[in-house]
Amino acid sequence: MSTATPGQAPGTTTHDAHGHGHADPTVPVPFGVLAEYKTGDEMAHAVEKAVAAGYTHLDGYSPYPVGEAADALKFPKSEMGPIMFIGGLTGVCAGFIMQYWANTWGYSLNIGGRPYFSWPSFVPVTFEMMVLTTALSGFFGLLAICGLPRYNHPLFNSVAFDRATRDRFFVCIEATDPEYNKDEVTALLQGTHPVSVEEVME
Amino acid sequence: MATAEVPARNTDLPLEPEMHPLVQNKHDLVSVGDAIGNVVLNGQHPRGWWIGFLAGLAMIQFLALAVCWLFYMGVGIWGLNVPVAWGFAIVNFVWWIGIGHAGTLISAILLLMHQKWRTSINRFSEAMTIFAVMCAGMFPLLHMGRPWFFYWLYPFPNVAGVWPQFRSPLTWDVFAVTTYFTVSLVFWYLGLVPDLAALRDQATKKWQKVVYGLLALGWRGSAIHWRRYEKVYLILGGISTPLVLSVHTVVSFDFAVSIVPLWHATIFPPFFVAGAIYSGFAMVVAIAIPVRHWYKLEDFFTDHHMDIMGKVMLATGFLVTYGYFSEIWMAWYGHGLYEWGTTIERMFGPYGWSYWCLIGFNCAFPLVFLWSKKIRRSEFWMELICISVLIGMWFERYVIVITLTREYIPAGWGNYAPTFWDYATMIGSMGLFLVLFFLFLRYLPMISITEMRELLPKKQGGGGGHSIMENAP
Repeated sequence: MSTATPGQAPGTTTHDAHGHGHADPTVPVPFGVLAEYKTGDEMAHAVEKAVAAGYTHLDGYSPYPVGEAADALKFPKSEMGPIMFIGGLTGVCAGFIMQYWANTWGYSLNIGGRPYFSWPSFVPVTFEMMVLTTALSGFFGLLAICGLPRYNHPLFNSVAFDRATRDRFFVCIEATDPEYNKDEVTALLQGTHPVSVEEVME
Repeated sequence: MATAEVPARNTDLPLEPEMHPLVQNKHDLVSVGDAIGNVVLNGQHPRGWWIGFLAGLAMIQFLALAVCWLFYMGVGIWGLNVPVAWGFAIVNFVWWIGIGHAGTLISAILLLMHQKWRTSINRFSEAMTIFAVMCAGMFPLLHMGRPWFFYWLYPFPNVAGVWPQFRSPLTWDVFAVTTYFTVSLVFWYLGLVPDLAALRDQATKKWQKVVYGLLALGWRGSAIHWRRYEKVYLILGGISTPLVLSVHTVVSFDFAVSIVPLWHATIFPPFFVAGAIYSGFAMVVAIAIPVRHWYKLEDFFTDHHMDIMGKVMLATGFLVTYGYFSEIWMAWYGHGLYEWGTTIERMFGPYGWSYWCLIGFNCAFPLVFLWSKKIRRSEFWMELICISVLIGMWFERYVIVITLTREYIPAGWGNYAPTFWDYATMIGSMGLFLVLFFLFLRYLPMISITEMRELLPKKQGGGGGHSIMENAP
């Protein structure tokens, strides 16, 4: 066991240093307790049970969307609709104002005697700008709000979790939960017919 | 506050009975992932892959040659002249972009319409869209003469104080095609993210883990993320639907806003959109038939798919035929000297052969044979019909462009003959498409693993045919 951690005297540990336990990288910090299930229904049911028991920092994981799990997490409606709406509205306004300004003030051209502010001909570009900004705000908004991209995640430390994109369904109750207690959480999850239950470290 | 209440849902087999090979062959979550994912991960090329890829690579050499010569000499090497100032560049532009539209149609419109059979083909149709739009975009860029100034098309502050003219359909086209390409790419990539995560976890080779891991953006299948993801996917489907219609409408405005006889017609936008879907579906089927053989994916792309797509082609084929009829009818009924004169020239003039090629390849042959269910389910016949449609739709655009040789006064008439370099660029664009498409087949999952898993019945571990639409309130 190496004791060459910088800034730390050899032989000392931080176990007893209250409030500084997380500073020592050699001491594993729990991320949460991970339970593995064979079906999406079992997983959603376990989430429901954990939420009913009062846990709030938890999530379900599945290879394809399991709507019931998100419902059980009391996340019936995502924020993406308003985000994309605002994104689209920005595109409409920016696109229209840009054309208005460019062709009326910035570089006004007389095309067949039409008024400089001939708004019907600005409709196609305004529409395309709306679609463009809606799509981009959806894509980048999704990544931002989900905290992606990230190269690693504590859950990837679990070997079993490799199957979360394959054929297994997982529930993880996280250590940040105010009610978190490893033994109680493990016992709760054991009661939901999992394939396995393990504690995952940060 | 909504509770964990879930509306009752039918967990019976949601698919048409004909689609059941997926079920009959007793696939489960793992076998679906293996059947699709191992094509990519094992790197075993079927012989067909090499044939397609090398054919594409050979054809792309023509493109390299043609583009180098073009940059050296200028657009004079093409057969362009004054009555026909656009020539092959616009014919191929419209042809390619039309082909691209099927991908968006399949991924967006059929998504909104709960057509679950789309799942087998949406991924590679979307890839096809992206590559077809790339091929399409190349032609106007090359036609510019000085392609390195392409950014002048976009509005940007510059010292000359010059801005684009936003009343011109050509400027609309720039925005439409740019938006279309970007949105198609976002839609495609977003759909790929969970599959890339699946490949990351399924991969055994180090480089595959790293590359697919980076591309998967750290996706871990969280229930909260899925809910957001499905909402974005659904809204993207919703806005891509009017987008795909708008893009080909704007493309048709390039013609219809002018005052050339037979171009200046209100039928153009719907007629163009129908034609785009017609040729796009033809391309999807034409590619899917050999690919499913080479990769043994008959369980996923079934005869039933060919049947349905044949029906769509039948419907759009008749819409297009109605467009041809309407053009003639309006010219005759409108008593316009130039409209009628141009119609007669189009049918019986020096380029009349191309009009009859169009009718033969696009209407007569496919629309007679597509009625038979047996033919719609026959690989040989469908391949033949699809290639005929692709040729026919190319001739449609050729006929439209060649109209310029015989319009108003005879003093302004002319001729048009494409040169070797026109053909080289066209063949080259096909090569570019093939190379990109075969690289896609090699390195990315050609069918959506995630959506296929959702489609599996519950007792085989799947989502019971539950689709993204129903999960995203």
